[in-house]
Order: sequence, then structure tokens, then C-alpha cells
Amino acid sequence: MSELLVKEKQVTVPGEVLAEGMDYLPGNNTYREGEKIFSSKLGLASVDGRAIKLIPLSGKYLPKEGDTIIAEVIDILMSGWRVDTGSAYSAMLNMKEATSEFIQKGADLTKYYDFGDHIVCKITQVTSQMLIDVSMRGPGLRKLTGGRIIRANPNKVPRIIGKKGSMVSMIKDATGCRITVGQNGVIWLQGEDPNMELLAVKTMRKIESESHISGLTDRIKSFLEKETGKKISAKEGEKNDVR
Amino acid sequence: MTYDKRLDGRKADETRPIEAKVGVVKNADGSAMFKIGSTVAYAAVYGPREMYPRFQQNPQKGVLRCNYNMMPFSGHGNRVRPGPNRRSKEIGMVTEKALLPVIDLSKFPNAVVDVFIELPQTDAGTRCAGICAASMALADAGIIMKDLVASVAVGSVDHSIIADLNYDEEAYEDGPVADIPVAILPNSGKVTLLQMDGELSREELKKSLELSKKVCKDIYEVQKKALKAKFEVESK
Repeated sequence: MSELLVKEKQVTVPGEVLAEGMDYLPGNNTYREGEKIFSSKLGLASVDGRAIKLIPLSGKYLPKEGDTIIAEVIDILMSGWRVDTGSAYSAMLNMKEATSEFIQKGADLTKYYDFGDHIVCKITQVTSQMLIDVSMRGPGLRKLTGGRIIRANPNKVPRIIGKKGSMVSMIKDATGCRITVGQNGVIWLQGEDPNMELLAVKTMRKIESESHISGLTDRIKSFLEKETGKKISAKEGEKNDVR
Repeated sequence: MTYDKRLDGRKADETRPIEAKVGVVKNADGSAMFKIGSTVAYAAVYGPREMYPRFQQNPQKGVLRCNYNMMPFSGHGNRVRPGPNRRSKEIGMVTEKALLPVIDLSKFPNAVVDVFIELPQTDAGTRCAGICAASMALADAGIIMKDLVASVAVGSVDHSIIADLNYDEEAYEDGPVADIPVAILPNSGKVTLLQMDGELSREELKKSLELSKKVCKDIYEVQKKALKAKFEVESK
């Protein structure tokens, strides 16, 4: 006899028993010991058929190949730049991957990216020892000038973006800001009106702290409507923001 | 004469009132407060992050580094000299060893998870309060953990077995006193910290350990509740 001991979207702590019996399978952030499935992180339980997985609520960013992130230049080396990814490991941006221009041998690399510059880049490779390579070649990858940087919980990035970018485009429409969200939780935003910029920041903080409660999209929509006094039209597929 | 009536009127197996809170240090990756009677422990977790000094890096898995500190004004009247000392180094080490069996840092080679335990107010049982706070803070920081760690000091004062000694009981003068800090993984019942200071018989030790299991279960419930409460507060 197998028994499920948690409800969907219930907050679980490490070591909490999620299910008993062999009919359930341990998914992400869970483990099996004997007949029982335990949680191994602080997170929200989610049952998908027979598999039980856990959506983490906290934790640092873990670099993954193919992620687009916003990184900060922390060092300039012989062959490129070292950038801070917001995780425990810094990444390497090679000169070859940096621009489409030709960079002269011995050129001053600060002309391209200086210390403290933020760049939108893509992770091309992550080794088992967590050596990371990033690239600037690709659509939307650029150096960020102006605007402001905020840091959010990387586990909440899918919520901030929403299904197919619905949430972030709603904030963009309501506030008129330009927004780029990195998978590492670093967010860049720039708006004509400073008040709107602040509103966008406030909205994202709200998403961050309330994303584990259902009905998020509706709440954010009414919040934005109240703050801006504009009517916002909801797009398709926005209702269910569980992923 | 036996010690059948405790100095503060508690039952033999009763702990001091416990309070726990998660997310008390906003800048940290994870943090928690654990208060038992008038012993207060704060734990803040930073990381996984790059490890310095570099020679301490482990290329096979991440390192856990615990720092235990009693604040100068925390004790019983006398100023505690600030800075690391023999005692705080030892307690930092045993805390590390009490927590390591539950945490999995294999995904973080060359990185470190820093745990800072600060005690603004102490009344015996500090290492146990520190471990309880640290395990909650680690969970809050999103570290992969098999279980939480619950910890309590049990002991015998003049041959009666009691739970959660306070300072006056530890300093009891009319009979032998033994103080046993224990850390237990609530799910498996495994012991990750066991120290003893004082004198007691084999029988008394056995009884104390039985008692500690029961008390740790109760502490675990408090820890669990505190971790979940963080997300209930935010929903309001």
C-alpha cells in the first residue's frame, strides 16, 4: 500500500516524509530510503503522476549550460574576462566569444568590457569541476548600459518571467520599463520614469515573496492596475503559473 | 539529599520554553534564531561561495565551515573576552561534525558554506542551541540536506536525570553533575554529537540518552514549524 503524505504545493522541510510505499518515485530534490520518500530541501512538494518532486524555495544559483545570465566583470585577463555569475563560481568570457569585432593583440580590453560592467551572456559550457565558459555571441546578448540592477532569488526567476514570458511582459507593459531577467536572478531594468522603475522593482519583490501562493498572476495584475491606474489585458495561458 | 525538585520548577523531562524563527538576517543566504530559555543563538549561512584561503579548497566536494562565537556581554556578569579561543574553536568543530552527516555538498567542489553562530545571551546549552539554529539556517539557505538536526543537553544532577540543564543546574554544588550535549537526526535517530562533562554511572548515561531522544523529537517539531512559518507570514 502506497500513501501520499503531502498535499500539492505544501511547504516541506529537509527530512520530511513525502510518501510511503514503492508506487511513488522520487523526483528532483527528494530521495528514497527504504520504503519512504524524503524531501532533501526546503521547497514545495509537487506530484506529477507517480513521481514526487520538490520545487526549491531558496538556494543559490547553480550554473547550467544554455542559461542566459547577467554577469558582472570582475577581472581582466590575458585572453578575456572573468565574470561573476552570482553562484559560487565565476565564469570565463573568452576574447573570441566576446565580440564580432577583431581585437588587436595587446589591445586594452577595458574598451570592450570594463570592471563592474554588467553583461548579458549565455553559458556555453559547465564542467564537473564547475569551470564555466560564457559567450556573447547570440541574439540579445549585450553589454548593459544605464538602468539599474536588482538581485532576486534565482529560484523565483521562472515565476518572474511567467509562462512564455507572460509575467515579465505584463510588468513591461504596465510600467513601460525595459527589463532583462537573467537565469541567475540578476535583473536589469531601465525606464523613462523613475517612479515606474521603482514600481517594477516593487512588483518583482512582491512576486518573489508571494510566488508560492496560488493565484499569483491575478494578484500581480490587480496590484499593477491599482498602482498605475491603467487597465491591463491578460494574455493567454497566464492563469496557471505552476511549472 | 536528591535533586528531585528543579531549581526553576520544571519537570525532569521538560525543556525551557523554546522559540524559533527563520529568516532573521536578511543579507544572509539563510538564517535562523533559536531561543531556549534565556540562551539565544543566531545562525547565518553564506554560500555555497568561493573558498578562501585557496589551499583549504577541496576539489572533490564543498566544505562546511562553522564559526561559534559568544558575545562579550552574553554570559553571567563577567565579560567574555572577544575573539576566537580554544573553547569556541572546539565548539565550532563539533558543530561542523554534527551537521556534516546530513548535508550534501558534492555538487559544490572548491566552494565553502559558511555558518556563523552568534550568541547574544547564554545560560548553558549554547552549542545545542547553536546546532539547532544552524540546521534551520542551512535548510533556509537551500542546501541539500537529508534531515534536520535537533540538539539538546541532558544530564544528571545529583543522580536525577533531567533535560536541558540551565547554568544554575550545571553549577550545582551539593552533588555530582553530568552534562551531556546530544545532537540527533530525528528521522533515523542517529547521533551526530555526543559529549559529556562530569561524572555519572552507566545506567544514568543510558537513561539520559533515552530522554534526549524524546526531547529532540519535540525540538524537531519546533524547528519544522519555524521553517514553514516563514512562508506563511509572507502569504499575508
